[in-house]
Amino acid sequence: MENEKYLRDLSEIKKMMSSSSRFISFSGLAGVFAGCYAILGALVAGFLLSEQASNMSKASEVMIFGDNNLVNQLFYIALAVLVLAIGTAIALTTYKAKRNNQKIWDSTSKRLLINFSAPLIAGGIFCLVLLQNGMMQLLVPSMLIFYGLALIHASKYTYSDLKSLGYTNLVLGLISTQFPDYGLYFWTAGFGLFHILYGIWMYNKYERKPE
Amino acid sequence: MKNIIGNINKAFDNRVRLGIMSVLMVNEYADFTNLKEVLGVTDGNIASHMKALEKKGYVKVEKSFIDRKPNTRYSTTKAGREDFKKHIEAIEKLLNQNHKKT
Repeated sequence: MENEKYLRDLSEIKKMMSSSSRFISFSGLAGVFAGCYAILGALVAGFLLSEQASNMSKASEVMIFGDNNLVNQLFYIALAVLVLAIGTAIALTTYKAKRNNQKIWDSTSKRLLINFSAPLIAGGIFCLVLLQNGMMQLLVPSMLIFYGLALIHASKYTYSDLKSLGYTNLVLGLISTQFPDYGLYFWTAGFGLFHILYGIWMYNKYERKPE
Repeated sequence: MKNIIGNINKAFDNRVRLGIMSVLMVNEYADFTNLKEVLGVTDGNIASHMKALEKKGYVKVEKSFIDRKPNTRYSTTKAGREDFKKHIEAIEKLLNQNHKKT
């Protein structure tokens, strides 16, 4: 009898500790969508880059003029991917929170947002500086590394599984520094493929209800 | 065995008090509405248990005004954290021992 009471106490303590400090309405599907947007964006970017490569062989003056234009186009593609991914994540999370009768904007979600955005915004600014100085070869590694660090940092305030995705991106980013010619492939793997795989895994683990 | 039972703390031997302490252990602070939402109990219930914990010197209370509305913030004291940890450890040991016996 005593045993049962204490076991119940312990599980209650665990539940209270995690539900009061972690935001758990985040949807795995958001990861799948973000990954799809990233792959679509990468396909468009790859198409633009190969077109640029064929132009380059035709006339070298076009390259200098066209280069800036290309950077702008790539920048807008990245921006579109980001806005779509964040928008979908917010919509799906709101839906999930409503369904579970949880508040979307409480102290746990605020803390998650602050801790996730701080490294991410620093990384974004750093990437813009790289762009400003024309250090393109470091752009993809920096995006992956900062994103990985942001995930690791944020994992304390939501599902701790987020940490593994963070480390994957971090390591991938470091590896990609050694293969500057394959930047787009690394970017697609980190932001596309891993998001989709991880999103499906999270969805199966936390959201799919047994029939 | 005697030692273990000595560490089981009567001040925490209640569902609401355990809840309050659990929330405060992992958060820097919590206000009254936070606690009410997480624990799902009535105002009076929280208030009376909080008073008991306060009397023991386990929680600190800070009253302030946010947008001219009164706001009460609770956090644990050092003694509160230490004794709560001891309490949990005692429960775990007790369970382990009973588990071995059966």
